[in-house]
Amino acid sequence: MSSSVEGGVGRAVGSAPPPVTPAVRMTGICKSFNTVSVLDDVDFEVLPGEVHALAGGNGAGKSTLMKILQGVYGKDAGSIEIDGTPVNFASIHDAKAAGIGMVFQEFSLVSTLTVAQNVFLNAEPRRGGLIDDKQMIDRATALFERMQTPVPADLPLSSMSTAYWQLTEIAKALNEDARVLIMDEPTASLARHEAKALFELIGRLKQEGISIIYISHRMEEVYEIADRITILRNGKRLLTKPLASISAAQIVEGIVGKAVEVAGPAIAASGDGEIILQTQALSTVGGLHEVDLTLRAGQVVGLAGLMGSGRSELARALYGIDKITGGTVLVDGKPVSITSPAQALEHGICLIPEDRRQQGLILDHSVTANLALPHLDDVLSGPFVDDKAVTSLVRRLIETFGIKVADPSAPTKLLSGGNQQKIVIAKWISRQPRVLIMDEPTAGVDIGTKAEIIATVRSFAEKGMAVLVISSEYSELLAMSDRLLLMRDFTIAREIDRSAVSDEKSLELEVQGVAA
Amino acid sequence: MTDSSFRPTADAVHKKKFSFDWRRDIIYVGFVAVVVVFAIILRDQGFVSTTSLMNILRQTAIVTVIAVGMTYVIAAAEIDLSVGSVAGLASVVTAMTISTFGLVPGIIAGLLVGAAVGAINGALVAFVKIPSFLVTLAMMGIAFGIAQWTTASAPQPILDMTFNNAFGGGNIGPIPVLIFWMLIAVVIGSVVLKKMRFGRQVLATGANKVAAEYSGIATRWIQFRVMLICSIGAALAGMLYAGRLQSGRFQWGQGDEMNAIAAVILGGTALSGGRGSVVGTFFGALLMATINYGLILGGLDTSQQQIIRGLIIVLAVALARQK
Repeated sequence: MSSSVEGGVGRAVGSAPPPVTPAVRMTGICKSFNTVSVLDDVDFEVLPGEVHALAGGNGAGKSTLMKILQGVYGKDAGSIEIDGTPVNFASIHDAKAAGIGMVFQEFSLVSTLTVAQNVFLNAEPRRGGLIDDKQMIDRATALFERMQTPVPADLPLSSMSTAYWQLTEIAKALNEDARVLIMDEPTASLARHEAKALFELIGRLKQEGISIIYISHRMEEVYEIADRITILRNGKRLLTKPLASISAAQIVEGIVGKAVEVAGPAIAASGDGEIILQTQALSTVGGLHEVDLTLRAGQVVGLAGLMGSGRSELARALYGIDKITGGTVLVDGKPVSITSPAQALEHGICLIPEDRRQQGLILDHSVTANLALPHLDDVLSGPFVDDKAVTSLVRRLIETFGIKVADPSAPTKLLSGGNQQKIVIAKWISRQPRVLIMDEPTAGVDIGTKAEIIATVRSFAEKGMAVLVISSEYSELLAMSDRLLLMRDFTIAREIDRSAVSDEKSLELEVQGVAA
Repeated sequence: MTDSSFRPTADAVHKKKFSFDWRRDIIYVGFVAVVVVFAIILRDQGFVSTTSLMNILRQTAIVTVIAVGMTYVIAAAEIDLSVGSVAGLASVVTAMTISTFGLVPGIIAGLLVGAAVGAINGALVAFVKIPSFLVTLAMMGIAFGIAQWTTASAPQPILDMTFNNAFGGGNIGPIPVLIFWMLIAVVIGSVVLKKMRFGRQVLATGANKVAAEYSGIATRWIQFRVMLICSIGAALAGMLYAGRLQSGRFQWGQGDEMNAIAAVILGGTALSGGRGSVVGTFFGALLMATINYGLILGGLDTSQQQIIRGLIIVLAVALARQK
């Protein structure tokens, strides 16, 4: 890893001032939103030709720091220097002009345009007032030659895989003379060999003196390509170190904090309830293969794994959204065919989806309408929806789930994230499903609501529901799950010995697959 | 997981039974305003009279029948441009079937035209996933062409006076039968959209198809059904034209798609789907008919009416956008 780095970079760390001018130097950055401090006196620097990993848990402040560097947010205090020159970014354009490029996690490309058109979007070479297509394609091709990644520049992006999208993004940034590239989870949607090609490209970009800020949850990758790592925790910089002098265990500890025992569920792994749902060698269009899963009554199974390991795809398959291409799904021991959410519901399978804004709620509709939507069959009197029954159902749900809402006829979009999530959960769990699948059930909710949600899920499991929880928050997985399964490369890699993982750190190490 | 610090009171749950929603209710304000203005300006021409009321209602009846179905389509975030042509086609099919096979087969044939076109539209939109704008734009031409071709552009007279009286021409007491058809459509349409499960599913599908699908709603069948309903409504409208004018003709209903869409939008249904009101649509159609009638009474010619009607639509929709 650091063997390929110029000697100067290696020496740059430590107490002595770096001999080279940093490409980016952010000093004493502070930022708060509505009096909530998100960044507190953060220092961050990247040297020319350095790959600098930026790590931290959810809410540590990584993305806010990067958005300040890109000119999306202003800073409350602190200074930014680019190549030694103080700058003050008022907009994304300022940052771009200063050479900051971003490879977006969700690609900011237009799929109907060709690769070359995307690279030169809004900066098209012109001749006599008209766009010079030939020059555009030639220059794009030259860029890809420089990157040593041949990409057919005259084909529409929609005909190509995500790996090419990413290369197009990088080419676009290079065309804008970016000196610093921010990459946020760049390998999340790449196959293994594509990721390898990306790392080789990163190596070549380093040779050209281009700096890379690399955000990833994958420890292996960070060790493979990064020179130094900066860890943020709770809006503060915890440490900056060369990777050669820090162990994976230290990084994990830096991210999740001191090893704290997380109390597991009281009835941990006691349940040998009857098997409700089982999959055998399940594979899907979403990419799953050979998934064997068993869910028992009264048991909460937690799915651990990195982003892009296939966890959400498993949830989607069981709920009839992703088409199943092989293997079987058994409910109560009988093979069933689930091709739509409606069918999944008939078998008593509910999914609390990952994205509450897009999938879970109709934000423009009232709290009442949202809560009643899966229950319309239960509130009919004759052929008509009985408004009294709806009102009493909604009132019952609001009370049971502690949803804080002054007026249930107000649009759901006016509520806080935590209350919205409670509505999503109430909407489903009140149907008393036999199998409840939850994908990131506490994403973006406050800590109090999180505890309430965990308690609710546990109490329903104890009543005999089978629960499958997907979560990137290890404390949550540990607090909820009777069993823990590890997903990797779109299949269930193995069961994690529940008694061997008692804290977030040990679970993170299991997921990363690195020795403590 | 009840939070001890907060318990919603019965008050909180029940308050705001009635509240004014600008976007939803602008149509009623606008309608009253237009009526008042005309009543003052045109009092010597007899704007305020039973005759006026009957004329306005009769003129708006057929478009309203189409617009009720259109409300469902737009609330589900789709569109149907073929309704006018379907009305024309249904009118000629009904007329020709009545003259050959008699009354009942004629009525059935007319409705079947709507069902067949609606099923094709619906299947193409919901299952082949072609945008409804394109499907119905194509169907608008196809249905119109078939109606013109099969009749060789000639009107098809209907001599069956039972049909002519029941569908549009007759009166019940002092009230034209057309008005009853309109009221039936509005009442059924309103109750189903507001009070039945299907209505809620239509609104959910229109507002957020993904969330509706995740909620277990078969959203494609919802799309199919709204297209079907709208076409059947259009076919009924075509039969009302036929009854009122005692003939089937391919031009009947031409251009009605635009009036129906305008009525729906004026009535507070969102063009992007997810919210809709059949009663609003009714008043939207009524507003346009009132304006037309008032302008005729005021002595403006067709071209001037068109301009003023256009301006009022833009004004109303712009006002509804205000917070």
